[in-house]
Amino acid sequence: MSAESLVAQLKTGLDAPICLTWELTYACNLQCVHCLSSSGQRDDRELSTAEAKRVLDQLRELQVFYINIGGGEPMVRRDFFELVEYSVASNIGVKFSTNGAFIDADKARRLAAMDYLDIQISLDGVDAVTNDAVRGEGSYDMARRAMDNLAAADFGPFKISVVVTRQNVPQLDRFKALADSYGAQLRITRLRPSGRGVDSWDHLHPTNAQQREIYDWLIANGEHVLTGDSFFHLNALGPSLPGLNMCGAGRVVCLIDPIGDIYACPFVIHDEFRAGNVRDPGGFAEVWKRSDLFTSLREPQSAGACASCGAFDACQGGCMAAKFFTGLPLDGPDPECVTGHGETELAALAAQPVAVSLKPRPAMDHTKPVRTPVFS
Amino acid sequence: MSTELIAHPLLATALELHPQVALRPEPFGALAYHYGNRRLVFMKHPDMVTVANALHEHRTFADALTACGIAPERWPSFAKAFASLKESDVVRERAAA
Repeated sequence: MSAESLVAQLKTGLDAPICLTWELTYACNLQCVHCLSSSGQRDDRELSTAEAKRVLDQLRELQVFYINIGGGEPMVRRDFFELVEYSVASNIGVKFSTNGAFIDADKARRLAAMDYLDIQISLDGVDAVTNDAVRGEGSYDMARRAMDNLAAADFGPFKISVVVTRQNVPQLDRFKALADSYGAQLRITRLRPSGRGVDSWDHLHPTNAQQREIYDWLIANGEHVLTGDSFFHLNALGPSLPGLNMCGAGRVVCLIDPIGDIYACPFVIHDEFRAGNVRDPGGFAEVWKRSDLFTSLREPQSAGACASCGAFDACQGGCMAAKFFTGLPLDGPDPECVTGHGETELAALAAQPVAVSLKPRPAMDHTKPVRTPVFS
Repeated sequence: MSTELIAHPLLATALELHPQVALRPEPFGALAYHYGNRRLVFMKHPDMVTVANALHEHRTFADALTACGIAPERWPSFAKAFASLKESDVVRERAAA
């Protein structure tokens, strides 16, 4: 079977996801301006330990090889280690994303002693000024301390996970050098206008000239850098980047959010992309296999306005979430379309009356309320 | 078929699935996941899965192909596919019994 026919097969869906993200909690010590899940406060409806273990039992039956745990900050949950240990004991490897706040020397040793566990420390700048502007004051030092602790505990090659922004594109080489200095692996992913990103994307997303810079950098360094295959919209610039050139939403990818809702991907927390809940009869497996939403995502998708563009086979029309939350039609160009079609569409949308140009908002907002001091 | 393809060195080798690899059946064949090196590999034909599961029962890779009823004209493509699986450590050489 050729690579093309494999992708065609994957587009019709798998018996179980390859890449399942599970945000364990909406609680977070940080409030990053681009947080894809608008995290901050815990949600009262959060899955209990017992419920979470039942989900893991189902994932084991489905032979899900590993899960990507995130949040919020997953280590905020008191049962974090209990759930990770239960998962690994069920032959489900764990990759978890953290801001590093809770990885002190003790925790680093505990994490280093576990098998089938990968850690991604989030960092969005190679210096505190760049990073903290997005992730909050003190978050750079917090992340570096966690990296130091993991290195001291001999954890092995952890990952440094970077969301690529207009501000940090010029730092890609330095991110790579930082990762190399720890014997760590660099992971860079695409910024989406999801969660609080709805309001920060305009200021943070790379310019069109930078898209080319990112592409060239990935062509030169891609073999040693992880991307979650998130930059496939750049393939219109030349030879394809490594990885599957397709949107995996509902086909090979999905999200379980902290309250058990199942979405097509981590970047579309919105009712339109909610397929069900792990508390529904039949649980996760039923939703994955038979929900109306996932069934429709596995049908052939229309190229729409992109059908006449010669680059469509290369870029596949880009990212569904990026289009949705910028208010663009799903069967048209990506807002960061490298040929500039997206920019034209965004400009046309902005020129519309407000009632027409209103963009969709995320389904939930767990941002902590701003506390106004009583005495000033 | 040319003799150099018949003589692919892998054919005379004793192979087995790596013990840290899990296979998940899928409509196109299977997904193979290596818990050690975290590699995810596609087995793009159900016959590959049958052969992979039979490797440990046979003296050589060629014996496994014969036992699984793989026609000789398909051996070169199987040798190539399994050489790639060996590259990612999904299958490995086994000490001959």
